[in-house]
Amino acid sequence: MVKSDPLVVVVGAGPAGMAAARTLVEGGLRPLVLDKQPAPGGRMWQQPAGSRQPCGLPGHDAETAERARKEFLDLAERIDWYPGTTVVDATRGRLWAMGPGGEVDETSWDALLVAAGALDRVVPLPGWTLPGVYTLGGAQTALKALGCAVGRRVGFLGTGPLLWLAAAQHLVAGVEVAVVADTSRWTGAMRALPDLLADRARLALGLRCLRMLRGAGVPIRRGIRAAAIEGGENVTGIALATRRGPRRFACDAVAIGVGLVPQTQLLDLLDAPFDLDAESGVWLPRADRAGRTPVEKVFVAGDGARPLGAAAAALSGERAALAILEDIGRPFDRDRAARLERDLERHVRFARGLARAFPFPAGLEAGIASDTVVCRCEGVAAGAITAAVRAFGCHEVNAVKALTRCGMGRCQGRLCGLAAARIAAVTAGVALAEAGRLRAQAPIEPLPARVRRTAPDAVA
Amino acid sequence: MAGRILTEVAIVGGGLVGCSTALHFARRRVPCVLLEAERCGAHASGVNYGGIRIQGRALAELPLAERARRRWGRLDRIVGADGEFRATGHLRIARDEAEAATLERWALEAARHGVRCELLPAEVLRSRFPWLGEGFAAASYCPDDGQANPRIVTPLFARTAREEGATILEGRAVVSIERTSRGFLLRAEPELEVEARVLVNAAGAWGTAIAAMLGEHLPSEPIAPNMLVSEPLPFKIEPNIGMAGPGIYLRQVPSGSVVFGGGRGSVDLERRRCRPLFATSLSTIEEACRVVPELARASIIRTWAGIEGRTPDDLPVIGPSTVVPGLFHAFGFSGHGFMLAPAVGIVLVELVLDGHSATSLEGLSPSRSTSVPAIPATT
Ligand SMILES: Cc1cc2nc3c(=O)[nH]c(=O)nc-3n(C[C@H](O)[C@H](O)[C@H](O)COP(=O)(O)OP(=O)(O)OC[C@H]3O[C@@H](n4cnc5c(N)ncnc54)[C@H](O)[C@@H]3O)c2cc1C
Ligand SMILES: Cc1cc2nc3c(=O)[nH]c(=O)nc-3n(C[C@H](O)[C@H](O)[C@H](O)COP(=O)(O)OP(=O)(O)OC[C@H]3O[C@@H](n4cnc5c(N)ncnc54)[C@H](O)[C@@H]3O)c2cc1C
Repeated sequence: MVKSDPLVVVVGAGPAGMAAARTLVEGGLRPLVLDKQPAPGGRMWQQPAGSRQPCGLPGHDAETAERARKEFLDLAERIDWYPGTTVVDATRGRLWAMGPGGEVDETSWDALLVAAGALDRVVPLPGWTLPGVYTLGGAQTALKALGCAVGRRVGFLGTGPLLWLAAAQHLVAGVEVAVVADTSRWTGAMRALPDLLADRARLALGLRCLRMLRGAGVPIRRGIRAAAIEGGENVTGIALATRRGPRRFACDAVAIGVGLVPQTQLLDLLDAPFDLDAESGVWLPRADRAGRTPVEKVFVAGDGARPLGAAAAALSGERAALAILEDIGRPFDRDRAARLERDLERHVRFARGLARAFPFPAGLEAGIASDTVVCRCEGVAAGAITAAVRAFGCHEVNAVKALTRCGMGRCQGRLCGLAAARIAAVTAGVALAEAGRLRAQAPIEPLPARVRRTAPDAVA
Repeated sequence: MAGRILTEVAIVGGGLVGCSTALHFARRRVPCVLLEAERCGAHASGVNYGGIRIQGRALAELPLAERARRRWGRLDRIVGADGEFRATGHLRIARDEAEAATLERWALEAARHGVRCELLPAEVLRSRFPWLGEGFAAASYCPDDGQANPRIVTPLFARTAREEGATILEGRAVVSIERTSRGFLLRAEPELEVEARVLVNAAGAWGTAIAAMLGEHLPSEPIAPNMLVSEPLPFKIEPNIGMAGPGIYLRQVPSGSVVFGGGRGSVDLERRRCRPLFATSLSTIEEACRVVPELARASIIRTWAGIEGRTPDDLPVIGPSTVVPGLFHAFGFSGHGFMLAPAVGIVLVELVLDGHSATSLEGLSPSRSTSVPAIPATT
């Protein structure tokens, strides 16, 4: 890889990474930008493959997306841009990336911005590993990037703005929505209103989705206390325990999700510290308002720092880029930095509202039935976790992993780590924080064993 | 549990060595307190490769290794579960004539000790082990060797030791040790003092530092063997595999994943941390694919490392201190102590309580001269 001096590396070319790259170029630098996707835009601005047409779904701000993407591609001459390249490991001052052909290359860095985005969070439920069950993001990706739906009649189960948005997007795309089943209650949404007013546009979008779904006669159930996905070879329906008793909805696919979790593996490998967000049970990377982590010259921005949405991601990417300029001794605009922080405040307030309107269903997670699979990669059920905690008197989630294999498979605990920690904490009767969090281990993504190192002369 | 505990035996370190020592003191009804800085099995004992082999060991280790092997075979009777130990055999591969000669020499010595070891010429290798790569010079096979699951063995020993009356305290790091009229006074963080007549140093890579607290110089350097695991492949590879010289070691677990290692990661003894190195992982992958070409079809899903103490002659230090009465050492296993540990505990207890053990520790005692020529550490 190319080496400029000083070398700032940006991991992720979503809204946050793109904004950061632009700001760094304005500051006179030539950043190296890496993204595992073949095109820039990140999670937010995916579009149907090969299509020049923006997809036109609600919540897909095609205009902003196109502008940001075009701006980024216009930078091409002034940055080193490596699409299809996954960062698999990093240490202080160095990182390893795997290119589209499976070749790995090592590069050094003087400052590193991690803008890796977020991942869907799921709560393991009976039947969640059946064929036909997708994460909300997976279902959306099928719709946005592949232009196809995961089923003819799809049920939506979980909580959060994405649940409603994804359901509405499917409706618009002509998919029958079997049910929208949300664990949260209307009363929470009412209490959240003052904070939600911080971003009227997004509030309006949410209400529009709700109206569309209602208008189309989609069954809506809130305050779900328990749920199971039914089926044999494929999903056949969702069974719900509502306040008014049990309900069943037939469907051939289910999209589930209960919010987003930052992708922090890279920060973890760099020994960055994390703090538990007590309400959601998610560990967030520690960072100041500018995105500086306590690890020298390591920065974090966007949903990978804290899921606040695409607009906030762009603001925080820009803010982090200014911090990088400042920390490497380049001139930067202090007023602009202050303005960005103020703007971000608004998004933080909105996010607080969302957290209140769609609280994480901790009860559902704590009450996972003992025969429900928690770790699908290794086939570990909740009962195995409970048994290990009881038999060995341990509750730290890495110890639980060692004893049960939960989180040891292909996804490295990305999907099950939080649930495993909750189950361990509840079983042992300790606070969630004491169960800790699964430590990331390289490689961040599975590394084909046939990988080869790029010829030494290409190494920076 | 702030305060002060009076006991007969204090053990520093809750690896497999410390936990099996605690278990056997408890079985002999001797009060003992084990202090572990983190969690039992948090370091080498819980994250190692899981190879249980006699093949290739230095002769000085053979009596201990044979006793350990008998104990691995009846682990369920010792700790109530088998620790997933399986006698799958161990295949040691020679890449050239010089390495083949090493195999022959070792097989001769082994025969003298009654260890079964079969020499295999190059021609039979691929028919007997069809998954093996081409071009190897020879191999030798020990059918009684095998593998176990390191993640569960130490917790099993710790649990059983507790059940039988040992006091095992996790999250207690010993920060200073003094000699007193009664024996030893250990100070641990957070706030705890333990006074004991006998002290066992089972602190693994930190054993040198513990010895130094009492003024004894027993050198070892920290190393961090670098490990990897693949996603599952169809199960084929029965034996545990190693090289006659320095190189990779590899085994396939029943779920299909291939666990392998080679080379070193980086280690920071002070912070008690280590990590695998990507460059090491890459060269290990390459070498492993030469030994088992089919591995090239799989993806590597995780890498890790563990902290181990390595002595100048690659042999552990086991036995009474030569300077401090009442102090016993068992550390510096140099990358191959998991297999030995179930016997180390019982032998130490015999040394402390009976003054001698039927198992010879000749060549391993702290008083040995460490000018012995170094032999390569293979896991
Ligand atoms: C599942 C899901 C669905 C969403 N749906 C909507 C929606 O419908 N409407 C809406 O307004 N918002 C949606 N959001 C939120 C929105 O996408 C985000 O707020 C926004 O994209 C955040 O921008 P970002 O730059 O922080 O991260 P992202 O846009 O996620 O970009 C991160 C980029 O980093 C790359 N990356 C990550 N790790 C590595 C690595 N190790 N090596 C190389 N590259 C890496 C990824 O490929 C990705 O391109 C969704 C988010 C998620 C997770
Ligand atoms: C990656 C790797 C692979 C290996 N593969 C094999 C193999 O296949 N076969 C084999 O036979 N051997 C193998 N080994 C070696 C084997 O794991 C070790 O020799 C063995 O586990 C040593 O056990 P131990 O109890 O002495 O050390 P450890 O398990 O390291 O235990 C020492 C304990 O002491 C504690 N401690 C240290 N200082 C203090 C203090 N001041 N106060 C309180 N507690 C303290 C530590 O926290 C630690 O838990 C491998 C080692 C590694 C690292």
